[in-house]
Amino acid sequence: MTDAILSSPFFGLTLSAAAWWAGCWIQKKTGFLLCNPLLIAAALIIGVLSLLRVPYQAYALGGDFIKMMLGPVTAVLALNIYNQRAILRENFLPVLAGCLAGSLTSVGSVLLLCRLFHVEETLAASLLPKSVTTAIAIGVAESRGGIGGIAAAAVIITGLIGAVMAPLFAKLFRITDPVAEGLSIGACSHALGTTRAMEIGRVQGAMSSIAICVCGIMTSILALFL
Amino acid sequence: MHIIAQAAVIFGLCLISEGIAALLPVAFPASVIALLLLGLLLFSGLLKPKHIETFSTFLVANMAFFFLPSCVEVMEHAPAILRQLVPFLLVVAITTPVVYFVTGVTVQLMIRGRKGGHRHD
Repeated sequence: MTDAILSSPFFGLTLSAAAWWAGCWIQKKTGFLLCNPLLIAAALIIGVLSLLRVPYQAYALGGDFIKMMLGPVTAVLALNIYNQRAILRENFLPVLAGCLAGSLTSVGSVLLLCRLFHVEETLAASLLPKSVTTAIAIGVAESRGGIGGIAAAAVIITGLIGAVMAPLFAKLFRITDPVAEGLSIGACSHALGTTRAMEIGRVQGAMSSIAICVCGIMTSILALFL
Repeated sequence: MHIIAQAAVIFGLCLISEGIAALLPVAFPASVIALLLLGLLLFSGLLKPKHIETFSTFLVANMAFFFLPSCVEVMEHAPAILRQLVPFLLVVAITTPVVYFVTGVTVQLMIRGRKGGHRHD
């Protein structure tokens, strides 16, 4: 019976949905910033898998269904952008300039710090696209000799930092303009940060969605010239 | 439009994007092509928000959930990351706020500069 359970996609689906629900419940109860539902849910799943000695591959049978939906989820962000088209039209140049500045800073600062800390070549190549959305990051990392999985891990950890710390960054750097705030979140922490930006406000969410798209394109082009 | 019909539109767009991505000479993610295509359809008026609204709202409202398997997958790469854990974390933790700062300040300065400029017009 154990084999039947572990080879069914419902194992990963049930575990994901239940852990997610628990994560949301814990955040509601504590209200603590670090109790991000995603962090809690991932920790719960990793805990359950290692406790029961279940290999990751068994979880992935169901998990891959959920992961596959990241494509449609990214695509429908276009509707958020469309709904905020008036603000986009009004701020077209700042959007382009901000995303270009963000993409250049991201790639430049990673290269600089990797040299400073004597990071191995493979790891450096995997870290390079860490601020863009997973799909783009894996492509960019692998084309430069990095490892897709490590790139994805760096993207996720970066995204979590953005999602958890975004309100703190805004206060610390005195970013009060909603357009600037949204673009910054999207530029530094892609779609995962955007989930937080949408909680902060409609304009922030839409601007963050635009930044995913524009920074993603700019970073892939930048990577071709490095 | 029925929610399943809306799903057909979104899934169809993703499918076409996979095809386009395969034709491109450089590696470019299908999900971003799908975002661009959907944006093009909406802005040109060929597709109305009501054609995809219910399904899109459901996906976007639960967006963070779809990242859960990727977060769990980080565990798979733990050995490679643990070997260089300190530089890995330092690079990620330092560059993320730096990118936020540079983007935010650039956009805010441009928006304020323009608003200030309008006053002198």
